[in-house]
Amino acid sequence: MASPRIIVVGGGLAGLAAVIKIAEAGGTVDLFSIVPVKRSHSVCAQGGINAAKNLKGEGDTTDKHFDDTIYGGDFLANQTPVKAMCEAAPAIIDLLDRMGVPFNRTPEGLLDFRRFGGTLYNRTAFAGATTGQQLLYALDEQVRRHESEGKVRKFEGWEFLSAVLDSNGVARGITALDLRTMELRSFPADAIILATGGIGAIFGKSTNSVVCTGSAQSAVYQQGVTYANGEFIQVHPTCIPGEDKLRLMSESARGEGGRVWVPRTAGDQRPIKQIPEAERFYFLEEWYPKYGNLVPRDIATRAIHKVVYELKLGLDGQPMVYLDLTHIDRATLNRKLEGILEIYEKFVGDDPRDVPMKIFPGMHYTMGGLWVDFNQMTNIPGIFAAGECEYQYHGANRLGANSLVSCIYGGFKAGPNALSYAKSLSAAEGDGGHSSELTRQAEINAKLLKNKGTENPFKLWRELGEVMTQHATVIRYNSGLKKADDKIVELLERYKNVNLSDKSQWANTSFAFTRQLKNMLELARVVALGALQRDESRGAHYKPDFPDRNDEQFLKTTKASFTADGPHFEYEGVDTQFIQPRPRRYDAAS
Amino acid sequence: MATKTVAFEIKRQSSPDAVAVWESFEVEWRPGMNVVSAMMEIAANPVTAEGRATTPITYDSNCLEEICGSCAMRINGKARMACSALVDNLDQPIRVEPLSKFPLVRDLQVDRSVLFENLKAVKAWVPLDGTYDLGSGPRVFPQEQEANYPLSNCISCTCCMEVCPQFNEETGFVGAATIAQVKLFNNHPTGKVLKEERLRALAGDGGIQECGFAQNCVEVCPKQIPLTNAISDVSRDVILQKAKDFLRG
Repeated sequence: MASPRIIVVGGGLAGLAAVIKIAEAGGTVDLFSIVPVKRSHSVCAQGGINAAKNLKGEGDTTDKHFDDTIYGGDFLANQTPVKAMCEAAPAIIDLLDRMGVPFNRTPEGLLDFRRFGGTLYNRTAFAGATTGQQLLYALDEQVRRHESEGKVRKFEGWEFLSAVLDSNGVARGITALDLRTMELRSFPADAIILATGGIGAIFGKSTNSVVCTGSAQSAVYQQGVTYANGEFIQVHPTCIPGEDKLRLMSESARGEGGRVWVPRTAGDQRPIKQIPEAERFYFLEEWYPKYGNLVPRDIATRAIHKVVYELKLGLDGQPMVYLDLTHIDRATLNRKLEGILEIYEKFVGDDPRDVPMKIFPGMHYTMGGLWVDFNQMTNIPGIFAAGECEYQYHGANRLGANSLVSCIYGGFKAGPNALSYAKSLSAAEGDGGHSSELTRQAEINAKLLKNKGTENPFKLWRELGEVMTQHATVIRYNSGLKKADDKIVELLERYKNVNLSDKSQWANTSFAFTRQLKNMLELARVVALGALQRDESRGAHYKPDFPDRNDEQFLKTTKASFTADGPHFEYEGVDTQFIQPRPRRYDAAS
Repeated sequence: MATKTVAFEIKRQSSPDAVAVWESFEVEWRPGMNVVSAMMEIAANPVTAEGRATTPITYDSNCLEEICGSCAMRINGKARMACSALVDNLDQPIRVEPLSKFPLVRDLQVDRSVLFENLKAVKAWVPLDGTYDLGSGPRVFPQEQEANYPLSNCISCTCCMEVCPQFNEETGFVGAATIAQVKLFNNHPTGKVLKEERLRALAGDGGIQECGFAQNCVEVCPKQIPLTNAISDVSRDVILQKAKDFLRG
């Protein structure tokens, strides 16, 4: 038998990690990415990557990393894979270091570590405040090396449209669209790995990059892959609101000592520096004395909401609070945080070394994603998933700096597992479903181009983003979630009436976007209805009408499967064999 | 109430062989607005200033925070990233056109894959034995990290190549970005094992001697990478390598 062919879709950290492992094991890989892989969304990760290396003499262990992650995720994550990830993390950092990632150093030349949210240990390795960029580049360079040796073929500028399934429902390849020539093609493979990242675009504006639409996940969900825990959406407490996106202001700002506050008196008109300490409300430090500004993100986000909307203490009555670094010396700030300070300077115009930053929470990350087993395979044989697009490592809330490690670890698992699966796969009958899937895709494309409706896809998208942000982010009410789903159903109906203002067949970006939009709408229903069904509060999912965690009913993974009438939900027990669930109280003394 | 608007002139070209035309747009002003958000607005309402229906503009963009390197274009004549180009800081009408040194795809989208090919040619990577666990990496002192980190910040936007008078088909010059990566990997304790190969790759036609030291690259770099220093350092190493290779016969 010829050596197996693996397709990896997505060239961020998870996808590249998978590619490297497959190439190293002697396999050949076709790597598909909408953008040149070096421009993938992983570049946006800022603060760092977690691993219990215990280089600060604090007695940190991988068990403590495991416990912090499970507790931070409000016990929703299956514990076996999380435990394995935390145990693998220190060696992953060493490997990245060997690849040449310019991690910050101690005077002895060792890796430096800083603190992040949801832990009391200095566990986060970092390269300035552009750690994701540096990690992505390191993996990109290794993949370029394998590419130059002929082990990897890159298809950059191609968008994944669907999986090709044979008559037994086994994956046999993919269909994809060349975003330049608009050519539709199918590609054979013995296994495929989706590493297609986040779903920020479903919320209109988020911290995510333009390509993070969730379109690929949604496409395979509509083909029968189960989607898990879709309702768990992380809203990052500290972002810079913008017209085109919400720009992340890394948790590392607080890790390095940044303090969040508002004036105690609403509408205090004094210049910032004349407001004495006693008249500043450091609400995270007061409410959560043990963790202070480094409580997990869901806690910090809700606290900011409370300060702004209940206590009415937002800056100048606006939904903003201060994130203050001005007490830290400039040299330290430049050495450890320069990348994010530059972002603030460039996009807001103020120097955060002199003036506290004005920030507000913004949609950031999906804990939910494609359901996978402990080998990273979905319920469809031959479709694997790794990175943010799958659900496995973060439970109900992700800890800062755990995403980079979960992407790389997941990719390192998915690659070899896909290869060994492919080696034992028997040959497909007939053409493996390629021609029928190509026909199906060609019909969708033709219909879209011929449509003579009146709806503009970009306007439909804005309406989706507004309703999702309003009802399905920080605070959720069942009435609002119902409204959101009604709106999505309405948008799906109006989508049938969509009209492309560009019907050309060359580099037609609105055509590609309109295809993504359909997938965004289908996936948005999974988020909204999943949230509606979960009548409890857990991690990032918070319902004031059901303020407590309800383990009896909801210590369960939500599993959504696609039907023509909308998502169908089932619930699966969670693996809690190592750590007994306990109340999650960051305000308590112990 | 009249809304404040921003005037744009955008160069359109429907395909590599088509004729380029300029279209004018009036877009509603919003606080903190950048050039990319104006193009998003045009996509939602693709009508020119004269009221004529047109198509959404094709352009590359991704992160919108000047770290992915996608949205490089010429704005009021200057090569820069469209996401960090705030309209309040620009003279109007804001003239937007594609980079001129790369094959045009459509509108503002160009093909910059030459940079990635160049990075392959100079082996811009650390040649690992493997990704299995081999223990910790080499010790690196903070001073070395602080010297290398800026070089590692290159976002591959190709602005430095766009503004370089020597970067053209005639010279085949690799450009400043690639040379800076050679310095980065030659500095690395393990990466330097390929130092000679990298220097030789820069020794021939299109190599480092094509640099005319116009210094445009360092001025335009959105990440303030010390490109001219890198070129000087690598240039010296290439000359030494050539001499060594000559003596070895």
